[in-house]
Amino acid sequence: MTHLDFEKPVIELCEQLEKAKQIAEKSNIDMSTSLTEIEKRIDITRKEIYKNLSPWQKVQISRHPERPYTLSYIQAITDNDFIELHGDRNVKDDKAIIGGIGSIDGESVMFIGHQKGNNTKMRQYRNFGMANPEGYRKALRLMKMAEKFNKPIITFIDTPGAFPGLEAEERGQGEAIARNLFEMFQLKVPVICVVIGEGASGGALGIGVGDKVFMLEYTWYSVISPESCSSILWRSWDYKEKAAEALKLTAKDMFSNKLIDGIIEEPIGGAHNNPDEMYKIVKRELKKYIAKLKLLSPEERIQKRIEKFCNMGVYDEIKN
Amino acid sequence: MANWFSRIKQGITTKTKDKKETPEGLWYKCDSCHKIVPHEDHENNFFVCTDCGYHQRINSKTYLKILFDENKYKELNPELIAADPLNFVDTKKYKERLITSIQNTGLTDAITTAYGKIDGQKAVIGCMNFEFIGGSMGSVVGEKISRAIDLCLEKKVPLILISKSGGARMMEAAFSLMQMAKTSAKLTLLASAKLPYISILTDPTTGGVTASYAMLGDINMAEPGALIGFAGPRVVKETIGKALPKGFQTAEFVLEHGFLDLIVHRKELKTKVAQLIRLYSN
Repeated sequence: MTHLDFEKPVIELCEQLEKAKQIAEKSNIDMSTSLTEIEKRIDITRKEIYKNLSPWQKVQISRHPERPYTLSYIQAITDNDFIELHGDRNVKDDKAIIGGIGSIDGESVMFIGHQKGNNTKMRQYRNFGMANPEGYRKALRLMKMAEKFNKPIITFIDTPGAFPGLEAEERGQGEAIARNLFEMFQLKVPVICVVIGEGASGGALGIGVGDKVFMLEYTWYSVISPESCSSILWRSWDYKEKAAEALKLTAKDMFSNKLIDGIIEEPIGGAHNNPDEMYKIVKRELKKYIAKLKLLSPEERIQKRIEKFCNMGVYDEIKN
Repeated sequence: MANWFSRIKQGITTKTKDKKETPEGLWYKCDSCHKIVPHEDHENNFFVCTDCGYHQRINSKTYLKILFDENKYKELNPELIAADPLNFVDTKKYKERLITSIQNTGLTDAITTAYGKIDGQKAVIGCMNFEFIGGSMGSVVGEKISRAIDLCLEKKVPLILISKSGGARMMEAAFSLMQMAKTSAKLTLLASAKLPYISILTDPTTGGVTASYAMLGDINMAEPGALIGFAGPRVVKETIGKALPKGFQTAEFVLEHGFLDLIVHRKELKTKVAQLIRLYSN
């Protein structure tokens, strides 16, 4: 298991627990009281650490290599009743955005999401979750198909950004994202978006226009990553913590700035600490909001979706 | 030996009253081919180099003058100015950056929107100001475009947006990001009302502006040689780790790849826009 530096006190306790268990085994002494004592302390320490995380620490958790990715959520939520659908019907099948149809307790849903890999080889195969234009166009094709068959759409956002490559530019990265924003506003079916990891810039927003947009507790969403922000505004890579602070990119900040509709709580110690519990929570929330959104007519949903995004922004008016 | 180095006449001998003055701004030196031409000729050629055709970056005032009949128009929502919702501080306070920009440019934010007539046809134009924090899109740009579209819907007139921007404004973080969604949302209403939207991409148009309204025109047109892209050329170069091909991300490149309808020389800009409005409104 990979650990982040601020998790150190928990790791030390875990090691103590291991040692105590070994001693108990070897010496046949009843140590159950001290074992439960250590376990309790692990729980308390973990809660304490996770209660006081800095924005940068949350960014680190959002990128934790053991954090579940889109396909794991889909498989768990659909109980493996899911078929992945490939290709944009134009140039390619993008591996950084996946999609397909599946069911949540018997109800069919179109799933779309950024996909990262969980080892070096897969990370490369998934292009680190950075999609090319064909990824956004595959997403749009699937969304249009969902609309045709009147199925709700769920998107999972987890990307360090749209891929800034040569071919991406040739094939119109900007146009692909812009087109998705435009089309998603007029989709007649319910759309729910969930940021499950990183939500970087246009690459995230490209599948992020929904009736409900949620963020998991330890994720981030902003116009740029803290590292790139640091390099542009401070002209150095060393100010990422400061940048993370300044960007107000945490779920809590995004919710209080009315830029998302809600926060989905994570299990203690983050999604990676208890993925099964995480899937359960996400499934419960998705079911709840699909049902709620279905009560509205398509026209009402579209109107509310547009109004919500049109209310975003803060400005002043000077009097002449 | 001749005394080459000692001065025979002392000081400058021309009297101050006989000094010849060269007025400021009489000449323009082309940024591309370095040819020097009288400023007046340069202006008469729409700030395009008479020699190499390089389109100098111009501001919204000049674009509005070029496009609107007799330079007559009504500016929309000049009262909107940027707030600082995040109390953003990097090496400088965002508030201070705003004040400096307002003072230096005489503008209120990175877009000017206006209502007037183009060849007798009513239209709304939004034109970005690159000199205002790199033409960056924040809440004010989003709101001004949003209100400009409201006016288009009310008056049933076409929309023209002239983009010139480095992308979203970092100092408004996610608020800026959401302006991409907001402007796109409004454009769907314009589309439902069957009102034409002409997007004019000028040098440079990148980032979140390219990835939202700039690429969503019913007609996407650009000025020759304009830099147009999503990621900036420096970032792309870093990603691929080698030199970029010649002409990469120019208007001509973007047209060849199918994302522009036409490239128009600035001196024909008004004629083409007017013609398009007429052809689509008939």
